[in-house]
Formats: sequence, structure tokens, C-alpha cells
Amino acid sequence: MPQILLNGETHEIAAPLSVTALLERLGIDTRRVAVERNLVVVRRAHYDTEIVSEGDEVEIVNFVGGG
Amino acid sequence: MDPLVIAGRSFQSRLIVGTGKYPSNPVMVQAHEASGAEMVTVAVRRVNISDRSRESLLDYIDTSRYTLLPNTAGCYTADEAVRTARLAREAGLSHWVKLEVIGDEKTLFPDNEALLEATRVLVKEGFVVLPYTTDDPVVCRKLEDAGAAAVMPLGAPIGSGLGIQNTNNIRIIREFSHVPVIVDAGVGTASDASLAMELGADAVLMNTAIAGAREPVTMARAMRLAVEAGRLAYTAGRIPRRMYANASSPVEGLVGR
Repeated sequence: MPQILLNGETHEIAAPLSVTALLERLGIDTRRVAVERNLVVVRRAHYDTEIVSEGDEVEIVNFVGGG
Repeated sequence: MDPLVIAGRSFQSRLIVGTGKYPSNPVMVQAHEASGAEMVTVAVRRVNISDRSRESLLDYIDTSRYTLLPNTAGCYTADEAVRTARLAREAGLSHWVKLEVIGDEKTLFPDNEALLEATRVLVKEGFVVLPYTTDDPVVCRKLEDAGAAAVMPLGAPIGSGLGIQNTNNIRIIREFSHVPVIVDAGVGTASDASLAMELGADAVLMNTAIAGAREPVTMARAMRLAVEAGRLAYTAGRIPRRMYANASSPVEGLVGR
């Protein structure tokens, strides 16, 4: 099974998939996060077309409390 | 009160508050309300992939009312801070950032060299950069020259509650700067906030002083009043300090003389 590095941990994906599909699978509301693939921010408008595949490093972040 | 203007944007409130360390989210909501703030800081962190049950901070911030100011807290290099700022822009759909590049774990003092470097990069990318810096007038001038929309000198270490440690520097920074000066970090209680404003700061940013108080909502109101009082006193122009007394009542017409 292909693996990606998701937020610093290995994560298995069945096959290459779009950012939209990945977020859907993880149950994450796309409106409240930002996604980076291989150190480059993925623009929201590109979530459907940006493909995550084997060996990619993906970061998904959101806002938390801070000063 | 005269409005605070940062990068062409007007704010009625001169108090900026954080969203961290509150006893609960509902208390935070009430404290924000009581503070009168129009801008709140937030941090950027990895989403918890395995536990999706945790509620989102944004459920508790009315973004039509509060401007989000994402920070780069916890970043120790210019690269990390730039990366975090870019993510924050995408998550918040705003190009404002409170830029932090920390240089030391114990004091959380900024690494000013890396801060300048990150400021230059982000300004070039169109960000409105509000850098958290030491209370050094020369560094503040360099940050302004690099395109910072405001400078945010610390009053004391983050979360220390020590109050303004170098009042003279804050005054000098105000005199040198052509952008707003926001005292960020170090406030412990209301008089610290008033003092910052009396020294000429254009605004004060705080988190722990409110969130960590026994009664955060009451402290938030105290801070609102303190910032207003300090600003008004600064605008009004205080009397000079004198060594000796100067009678308030007439010295003429005293009974029996």
C-alpha cells in the first residue's frame, strides 16, 4: 500500500488521490484548514486537481488558541 | 477615542487579545466581548488526524466581528516562520501575520536577525507583517525599513506578567517610528497596559494577563478600561514631574494672615 507522510506520521493511501478526496476521507472541513504538499501551500482552488501520491509529505494545519 | 490605523485599516479598539490558555472556550468568548477588542491572535498547528472529535477554535470566534491575526509562535527560524505564515494566509484567507521568530527557549526572546529576514520575505509576498521584537529602537527602525506595518516591542518576556521593563525604550521607539507601536507581551495587570499607552504605544497586545487571571472576563474589562485611560492620558498630555509641592489652592486670602 502506498504511503505518505501526513503531519509527520506515515499514513497509507489506497491510490493517488486529490487533496479534496484526502480531506474528505479524514473527515476534515476544508474551510478551516490549510494544506501543504512537499513544502508548498496548496491553494484552495486547486484542492480538486492537486494529487497526493506515494512518498509525498503533507501537512494539514488549522488555527488553535494562541497569543 | 482616536482610531488605531494599521496598514490603512481602522480599529476603534487599541487592545488586541489572544485566544490561548483560557479555562474554556465559552469564557474566552465572554472575555473577548468584555475586552472590546476587534482583533484576536491565533496560532497555526497541525490538525489532529487521529482524534477529530475536538472542537474547532473558530466555532468560538465570530470572524465577522473579530479580525484574525495568525501568529508564527514557536518558530525558531525564518524559514519556519515564513512557511507558517503562508499556511496561515491560506487557512484564514487574510494576509495579516503576527511574525514571531524565537531565539531562545527560556526567555522566548526574538531572534531579531531571523525576524528581519522573514519580514523582508513576507513583505515582498504582500503580507501585512506585524513583527514581535525586543524593545530595541534600532531593530524597530530596521523592521520598519523592511516594510513592517507596525512594530511590536515586548514589555517583558511572554507570559511573565512583569510589566514594562524598559519604559524609556518604549518611549524612544514611539518617537523613532512612523508605523504603529504595539506593546506585545509582558503585561501583568491593568496598570501595565495603561503605562504602555501613556508612554505612547498605539496599542497593546496581550493573552496571558487576561486568560490566566482568576476571573478572565473581569480582567478583560479592566484591560479595556486601562488601555482607554492610558490612551486618553497620553493624548491629554501629562503634567511635568516636579521635585517639590506646588499648591493647588490659592496662597492668597488665607484666613487670619
